[in-house]
Amino acid sequence: MRKISGNFKTSLLAGAIAAMAALPAQAQISDGMVKIGVMNDMSGLYADITGPGSLVAARLAVEDYIKASGSKLKVEVVGADHQNKPDVGSNIARQWFDTDKVDIIADVPTSSVGLAVAKIASDKGKLMVNSGSATADLSGKACNANTIHWAYDTWMLANGTGKAIVKSGGTTWFFLTADYAFGHALERDTEAVVTKNGGKVVGKVRTPFPTQDFSSFLLQAQSSKAKIIGLANAGGDTTNSIKQAAEFGITKGGQNLAGLLVFLPDVHSLGLNIAQGLMLTETFYWDLNDQTRAFSKRFAAAHGGKMPSMVQAGVYSSVIHYLKAVDAAKTDDGTKVAAKMKELPTDDPIFGKGSVRADGRKIHPAYLFEVKKPSESKGPYDYYKLVATIPSNEAFRPLSESECPLVKK
Amino acid sequence: MEIFGIPSQALFGQLLIGLINGSFYALLSLGLAVIFGLLNIINFTHGAQYMLGAFVAWLGMTHLGMNYWVALVVTPFVVGATGVLIERSMLKQLYKLDHLYGLLLTFGLALIIQGLFRNEYGSSGMPYPVPDVFKGAFNTGFMFLPKYRAWVIVASLVVCLATWYVIERTKLGAYLRAATENPSLVQAFGINVPRMITLTYGFGVGLAALAGVMAAPIYQVNPTMGADLIIVVFAVVVIGGMGSIMGAIVTGFGLGLIEGLTKVFYPEASATVIFVIMTIVLLIKPAGLFGTQK
Repeated sequence: MRKISGNFKTSLLAGAIAAMAALPAQAQISDGMVKIGVMNDMSGLYADITGPGSLVAARLAVEDYIKASGSKLKVEVVGADHQNKPDVGSNIARQWFDTDKVDIIADVPTSSVGLAVAKIASDKGKLMVNSGSATADLSGKACNANTIHWAYDTWMLANGTGKAIVKSGGTTWFFLTADYAFGHALERDTEAVVTKNGGKVVGKVRTPFPTQDFSSFLLQAQSSKAKIIGLANAGGDTTNSIKQAAEFGITKGGQNLAGLLVFLPDVHSLGLNIAQGLMLTETFYWDLNDQTRAFSKRFAAAHGGKMPSMVQAGVYSSVIHYLKAVDAAKTDDGTKVAAKMKELPTDDPIFGKGSVRADGRKIHPAYLFEVKKPSESKGPYDYYKLVATIPSNEAFRPLSESECPLVKK
Repeated sequence: MEIFGIPSQALFGQLLIGLINGSFYALLSLGLAVIFGLLNIINFTHGAQYMLGAFVAWLGMTHLGMNYWVALVVTPFVVGATGVLIERSMLKQLYKLDHLYGLLLTFGLALIIQGLFRNEYGSSGMPYPVPDVFKGAFNTGFMFLPKYRAWVIVASLVVCLATWYVIERTKLGAYLRAATENPSLVQAFGINVPRMITLTYGFGVGLAALAGVMAAPIYQVNPTMGADLIIVVFAVVVIGGMGSIMGAIVTGFGLGLIEGLTKVFYPEASATVIFVIMTIVLLIKPAGLFGTQK
């Protein structure tokens, strides 16, 4: 009896092990479903740049990926509003990861929120693919194995717009800086570029976030006599400061504005009369090539006729690559998928061919644009003239300068 | 010459800017004070009505070709009329209840109105050009003062003082004040008190809309423009004394100045300085600087 019993136990154990090993790939996907959480500012000053448009982009990406690859993945997309507050964003992230079975958080604009969610993704072994935040710290000193920074960053912006302006004679700078993580990072990275290229920073002022009336700060910038007033802010802060600078005759007085982070919806909202001549750097513009035009027209059809911003396009591109990596890794485990995303090359209609580096930085070209004059524009959204293309290998901070602990030196 | 390390010329410029922002605070807090003083309603919809003012001007310009001056006259009536509707259909039911109910209702309305506009027009706002007459600027010697901003100070001062005069110095104002003290007695004299109250609310809302039209060329016409401002304006009203007309005007301009100075000496605190002052005033004089304890 005992012998039989022993055999029985052994075979039971063997059976269990065999069953575990033979689990189909599908079972590695937690709860049989890949759940993508798009977290951003759904109602505040960044809502037109990110907001509901990013949700549209994520859903388009899922649709396109499944159709093109014939993948059997079941995917659900959910959205939430973090109101630009790190505490609200952290709570949503925890709830999503802990109880709502969300596997990846996408978008997450507002650098202070992006940094907070990066930490949570790392603690919980999940994944954040960030298209919305600007701070280069996400792939710098705050990098981790569970965070990938997708569309753009402050180093890239500084290197694009900042360098071009200093080289064309804008040698003395005064910064209007949004007083939080993003503004500080953008100011720091731009200042570094300005000084490296022989320019000088003569003053700066930290403006509360968000601010409606910039006249007082603009007046300080005016009396500094700096040639360039660098706007280290974004969204409604940028449009208000540009509009009010025109009102106070800043540009007529010989000083020039440098919009360090200007998105297409900002230009749309300002109108070309005020925005014309502004230099800016983006990694995406709808009218770059046939692929971007085709994508943007489909996006606009699904989003009330609005063309995608760089962030919304970034969300599309990042979700496609994420799903590709889930299929290739046969799991939705955050850490493993992140590793797979770095291993696979990227290719999509948004940014073309590219890659994800060891520090979590997604690499692709950047473009220096100038805003058209009203007479040059054919109609709504025909706003940018391409001035220069910055190739992938120069657009982002080189790995050799990275403070990211994941980078082996 | 320098004052605290700031060239005096720059300082004058900053004071003037403070005065301009103060004009908006004064106009908005005046409407709130009128409504609170006469209706006992804490009108949280005020910010949304300010935004409506800007939007009506913008919609009129884009769809009907309405120019700034027409907008300045028409908009307060249009938005004021929506105020009358709100008062007749909803607020009227709440006069006998605690202040809190009026506050909750108007707060809810504000959220609904803002949400509807955000849904329709997005959050980054619409451009509204400065009227041609006010393009350009005066060179005052110490600063470059845009003509439009100069106009805002003048217009707002005139409207504020006229309102103060009507309420504190005319017979109509006397009726209004009497009606808040003792509505049934005033009604017994043959005055239609409910209609007067309705029109007063409409007037207060019209003031908010007027401020909205004046703000449109300066800021982006944006669904959240009122929400950003209303909290500060409430602080202004609390500091001035709830319901005090002169209090609202004087504190509006005064706090604009103080905020302007903070932006020079310690910009990081400029978003909070008004609330610090509010706390101090509430500790020392709970009824506000110009308020009377009931």
